[in-house]
Amino acid sequence: MSYLAASQLVGGYGGANILHECSLFADCGKISVIVGPNGAGKSTAMKAIFGLVRLSSGSVSLAGNDITGLSPQARVRCGMAIVPQVENVFPSLTVHENLEMGAFLRQDPIAETLQEVYELFPALAEMRTKEAGDLSGGQRQQLAFGRALMTRPTALLLDEPTAGVSPIVITSLFDMILEVAERNIAVLMCEQNASQALAIADTGFVLVQGTNRYTDSGPALLANPEVRRSFLGG
Amino acid sequence: MEAINALVLLGNYVIVPGIAYGSQLALAALGVSLIYGILRFSNFAHGDTMAFGAMVAVLLTSLAQSLGISIAPFPTAMLTLPFAIAGTVLLVIAFDFAVYRHFRSIRSSPVVFVIASTGVMFVMQGLIRFIVGPRDRDLGDGARFVVNAREFKAALGLEQGLSIKVSQSLTLGITIIAVLLLFWFLHRTRTGKAMRAFSDNEDLARLSGINPQTVVILAWTLSAALAATAGILYGLDKTFKPIIYFQLLLPTFAAAIVGGLGNPIGALAGGFVVAFSEICITYAFKRFLAYLLPENLEPTGLVQLLSTEYKFAISFFILVVVLLIRPTGIFAGRSS
Amino acid sequence: MNPTGRQRVFVSYGLILSLLLLVGLFQSWNLAAAIFNLCLISALMSLGVNIQWGYGGLLNIGVMGFAALGGVAAVLIAAPPVAEAWQVGGSGLFLALLCILATVVAIVLLRRRAMSGRRKLFWTILAAAVGYVVARYFFDPAVSAIERIDPAQTGFLGGLGLPIILSWAVGGILAGCVAWVIGRITLNLRSDYLAIATLGISEIIISILKNEEWLTRGVKNVIGLPRPVPLEIELQRQAWFIDLSEKMNFGLITFSSLTVKLCYALIFLAVLALIVWLSERALNSPWGRMMRCIRDNEEAAHAMGKDVVGRRLQVFVLGSIVVGIAGAMLTTLDGQFTPGSYQPLRFTFLIWVMVIVGGSGNNWGAILGGFLIWFVWIEAEPIGVWFMDVLTTGLGEESPLRSHLLKNAAYMRLFLMGVILLVVLRYFPRGMIPER
Repeated sequence: MSYLAASQLVGGYGGANILHECSLFADCGKISVIVGPNGAGKSTAMKAIFGLVRLSSGSVSLAGNDITGLSPQARVRCGMAIVPQVENVFPSLTVHENLEMGAFLRQDPIAETLQEVYELFPALAEMRTKEAGDLSGGQRQQLAFGRALMTRPTALLLDEPTAGVSPIVITSLFDMILEVAERNIAVLMCEQNASQALAIADTGFVLVQGTNRYTDSGPALLANPEVRRSFLGG
Repeated sequence: MEAINALVLLGNYVIVPGIAYGSQLALAALGVSLIYGILRFSNFAHGDTMAFGAMVAVLLTSLAQSLGISIAPFPTAMLTLPFAIAGTVLLVIAFDFAVYRHFRSIRSSPVVFVIASTGVMFVMQGLIRFIVGPRDRDLGDGARFVVNAREFKAALGLEQGLSIKVSQSLTLGITIIAVLLLFWFLHRTRTGKAMRAFSDNEDLARLSGINPQTVVILAWTLSAALAATAGILYGLDKTFKPIIYFQLLLPTFAAAIVGGLGNPIGALAGGFVVAFSEICITYAFKRFLAYLLPENLEPTGLVQLLSTEYKFAISFFILVVVLLIRPTGIFAGRSS
Repeated sequence: MNPTGRQRVFVSYGLILSLLLLVGLFQSWNLAAAIFNLCLISALMSLGVNIQWGYGGLLNIGVMGFAALGGVAAVLIAAPPVAEAWQVGGSGLFLALLCILATVVAIVLLRRRAMSGRRKLFWTILAAAVGYVVARYFFDPAVSAIERIDPAQTGFLGGLGLPIILSWAVGGILAGCVAWVIGRITLNLRSDYLAIATLGISEIIISILKNEEWLTRGVKNVIGLPRPVPLEIELQRQAWFIDLSEKMNFGLITFSSLTVKLCYALIFLAVLALIVWLSERALNSPWGRMMRCIRDNEEAAHAMGKDVVGRRLQVFVLGSIVVGIAGAMLTTLDGQFTPGSYQPLRFTFLIWVMVIVGGSGNNWGAILGGFLIWFVWIEAEPIGVWFMDVLTTGLGEESPLRSHLLKNAAYMRLFLMGVILLVVLRYFPRGMIPER
């Protein structure tokens, strides 16, 4: 069983179900990518794994422990972290304070983790006294990553990390995601930039109408002519 | 000499009272702003929260006086400040448990919170009038003046005197201390930063493990402490009368909105903006101009832009202008 | 309306009417009629607030101001004109008004010119300042001349001397105009701002009415306004009336004042019925459905291309008109205009309690709330004092605590109304007669 595993998720935001027996997983040090058309339930699946969506059935496990019933905060304590798609920083707090707030649950000294994050994102180190609201889109996204890493998570969920970011920055963001995964973190992300994201994916999921259509390694999905035709625009 | 006299006159009637009133409004607006930032509604009970704090001070002051306790030359009310703050905080938290918590749990819209806060306002008004009645109560005792107008005139050989009341200097001193403490708390402590984070982005704050209940209780505590302090200082400076605190609601909101709701620095500045506009516009500049202008140009009228009865209109006018030009406040609050 | 809803309406209306009958039987018929009249006016005000809150979700904390505008309309329309005051001050006031209008036109023209923002601001402020000073130059002497004329009796411009019923419509229009201005400024902002702005404007209206003696005599009050119904004294002189009162077995004086009250009641009922009919029709029209859609889901309504701010402005103005009409009717019933009597508790908050208790979004609920809460309000004071009296008899006549409690018992009404509002808001948020 994978480090982070969600199986047979069924649920939605109260109205009709959006997820229909959707199963996802991610392994330590590996990147899993969810792609699919608009409205396929990619973001909903991420939120469901983090406990932000009510599930009517299905289960989520982390390191072999069932965490289906836990609150999002409790999941943070267990070693999960999420980077929401929008509004993922505290705009009137400085970069440094944002990172401190990321580590709010930790009782031990955080200086070492701060150092690591600043090494990973040197741009943030230069801006540490600036307010997060004044950062550019790419910098803000880096800060959101950094904030999520402050709890030293073992599983990181990224909800469309490249949405609204310029193409040049997208490439560097993907590099950073690879670097994050190298620290033995299980990364699960959903992406609009399907081909670019699948290129770095160890595992790819193609989600359609809340259920798995294809599951394979990233390069294999990219090579699959049917996937190319239907979901990657030729 | 004429110019100095004019300046002293202005200092005595505009600048000194303006600083004192501005400080009081700033403290009050900070409380409104904090609640807005964390709970996202305008608290109409804030004026009567101030009244409640002042009432506790009134009662304890007369108790202390009857026991012969005094800290002269300071007014006895200063001694009662911690107790008044504690009492007000307890009352406000009780209201949170009894009223607001329910509406938070069902995620009511801000407008429901506003109605609930008017309900709380009336319960408080009833309570206050039931306990001390609706009439004036004198809160001040101890020395009256730091600088006495008569002595000032004699010492400097001027026509005009400058008087600074003990209550006015206390207001300024306590406001500075309170504001420094507040900003130290919000910017230097972990809990304070968590409060700002919660105010910025509630969902992300929850995801980061910040406990909403703790933040809300803290916000009420700070707001009630600021309200009680402002209420007592206002009562010391002017007089304690329950209805006055309800009337302070409009200038307080104006101050908070001018600065941008939810923005503490803005609330602070807004308090002074509103106070000085109110005082300058209702001040009769006749004597001031008489000192400065040559005799044949001296004004015959009072040179008063608006009579003091309309001082609410000034807060309102400022409010309307800000809403028209820049609804997020001149210090850019993030309310939309 | 479904059958149980209809039943609920009948039962609760029957209940409130029987309460009034009880007052008639045990206290006096005159008191019952007096309460009934004020119940009608309260119901109308509550209907107005319900239009704003129940249909549109708009929070108006300045009901008092709009009711007072109705009251001032009664003075301006119906009070006898003071010719002498017009003579000494009329031209000055007219010139001042002209100055203000000219300033407004100048500012509007100025702002249309292409200029940098800062220069525009400078010229606007300059124009406003000059206009203000010139207007004051004409205004101040005119006002002091008017206020000098027989200050004990008049000292104000007086009204137009027209029938007072006309003022009900004028009061509505006045209130509607002010509401339009306030609405234009605040309705596109978040909901709290409307609440704060209405609180402000109502305080300002009241302070204008209290201080501008040339207009309203201020705190000296305007008494003896003409009435739309006959005077008691006239009735008492009529032979047929004396005859009737003997047949009905009432005292002549009691019967005459009861008759007058019933006359008022009939007129008020007619107005209430008309406005209820209109607002029921509006509520059940496509317009009403759209209003509720906007209230319940602003974003969806906006996405569907509805003019949310425009609709809100309509509903805010309409509600304020109804409150203004009710305010004018109240002053008509009192026969006098007393600015000092406008208290936020009585004129804003109490109306709110009526709407919330009765059932926001439902006209029949709002009317019921108006009746019920007014009844409780009137009867709570004697009951509260009696209750305190009973409660503290053990303390002895001389006890200072007892006298303090008795003296301040009246303020428990404030407390009680606050508690009622909070309890209903929490446990019965849909009120007694919920929205269909």
